[in-house]
Amino acid sequence: MSLENFMSDAISPWMKENGPDCDIVMSSRIRLARNFENRTFPLIAKAEDLDDVLDFFQESYQDADFNDRGKLQFLRIADLSPIEKKVFVEKHLISPHLAEHAEEAGVLLSESEQVSIMVNEEDHLRIQLYLPGFQLREALSEAFEVDDWLEQKITYAFDEERGYLTTCPTNVGTGLRASVMMHLPALTMTHQMTRLTPAINQLGLVVRGIYGEGSEAQGNIYQISNQITLGKSEQDIVEDLESVVSQLVEQERQARETLTEELSIQLEDRIFRSYGTLLHSRIIESKEAATCLSDVRLGIDIGYIQDMPQSILNELMVLIQPGFLQHYAKRSLSGRERDVLRASLIRERLHLENN
Amino acid sequence: MECQECHIRPATLHLTNVVNGQKTEMHVCEHCAKENGYVSYGQEGYSLHNLLSGLFHMNPSTVQGHKHFAQAPAALACPKCGLTYNEFTRLGKFGCASCYETFEDNLNPIFRRVHSGNTKHEGKIPKRMGSGIEKKRKIAAYRESMQQYIQEEEFEKAAELRDKIRSLEQQKDGQEEGES
Repeated sequence: MSLENFMSDAISPWMKENGPDCDIVMSSRIRLARNFENRTFPLIAKAEDLDDVLDFFQESYQDADFNDRGKLQFLRIADLSPIEKKVFVEKHLISPHLAEHAEEAGVLLSESEQVSIMVNEEDHLRIQLYLPGFQLREALSEAFEVDDWLEQKITYAFDEERGYLTTCPTNVGTGLRASVMMHLPALTMTHQMTRLTPAINQLGLVVRGIYGEGSEAQGNIYQISNQITLGKSEQDIVEDLESVVSQLVEQERQARETLTEELSIQLEDRIFRSYGTLLHSRIIESKEAATCLSDVRLGIDIGYIQDMPQSILNELMVLIQPGFLQHYAKRSLSGRERDVLRASLIRERLHLENN
Repeated sequence: MECQECHIRPATLHLTNVVNGQKTEMHVCEHCAKENGYVSYGQEGYSLHNLLSGLFHMNPSTVQGHKHFAQAPAALACPKCGLTYNEFTRLGKFGCASCYETFEDNLNPIFRRVHSGNTKHEGKIPKRMGSGIEKKRKIAAYRESMQQYIQEEEFEKAAELRDKIRSLEQQKDGQEEGES
């Protein structure tokens, strides 16, 4: 297995499977923050200390087998080209922070790209586990497996009173960030998200765009996660998030139903116009592409568009990002060049489905 | 357009200031903007962390009952990584595990704010190092319900729990010997 494997597909292997409620919940993610007990945290650690950590990972885990899940691959971020780094961020394999602090950073990836362990991020370890659809509990228990497996060789910074010790006070305790990626076109169209977001915030949860902090909800895709990490068990945190997500799923379904009942022809028109734009445009900006993709995905979900896989949104949302486009072109591109290539890739991809 | 301050670099920031209905416009480069304090931004822009470090500097008179909070010696430094209390409040981040002990007296108000009132971990415990902790937690929980039973005069149930606590405590001693 090599770097090429992680670069060739816009969509991670695990995303091709369908999960529960996957018409609305695209994926579930668990992230655990961990640190070594006797090492200075990456934020202020010396380069040689961080190199030590990388060496330790390289030696201990390169090609290691984790519970029949295939071999793990350890990569140093410094060895990646700028475009490759971008693609890794766009595929959510690494965080923007890790890509920016690349000199002493690494990532341990499973073949399915379901497990990604970032090394020397803000904390020494950021364990990430992804599952398709709405499966937070399963993701938590699998992330715990990874955590326990790593703990066999690593003594974590842990305090009885404060829990897992992290660089940032916002992560202390469980070090857990549980999140779901949701496609909420109907709630957005009916302007209910602007009303729901503050209510969700009040419950100690955060609503963000697809690429995390500060990003807007491109393509009506929202990331919802917990904020509080201390004083609640991981199970409680996950259950609280689950109950809000279930309600959102319910509300989105209702909104879709209302839309199809009351605005049937307008909705159908909008969806097929977007479909047409994607099928025929020669220049398309990422924002417009995201909006059209969201419409087409809604069209697939409610049955207006047939013979098109649901995963088209997940896949094309990554494919249309600047990093992936430039990886595909094998060179850096100007804004206009990107818009042209984006349009042609989308056309190509949709024609592939139509034949 | 060139920067109206240095007249060398191109103006990338265009600021509009409205004071008492009087509008003034400024066209400056990023460098001069920072230099002159027209804008202030950290490395990562204004983020949660800036907000956090703002919390650390809160006016102590508004926080009642946290005398420690106001009196944290600025020169206090972590013996392990060298991070000073000042740096800690500026960064809003810890330098190593020992920082948590070093700044212990000042942490509860911060955690309470960030984690809606919580200061104590309730979740997972590392498997390898944690079996002692798990027992302690169990004992604490039993003690609590034992007190409850005593108040409700359910002495039989209380006695049951007392025995459970005893046997756990004995186990714990044995294990601690084994570990050391």
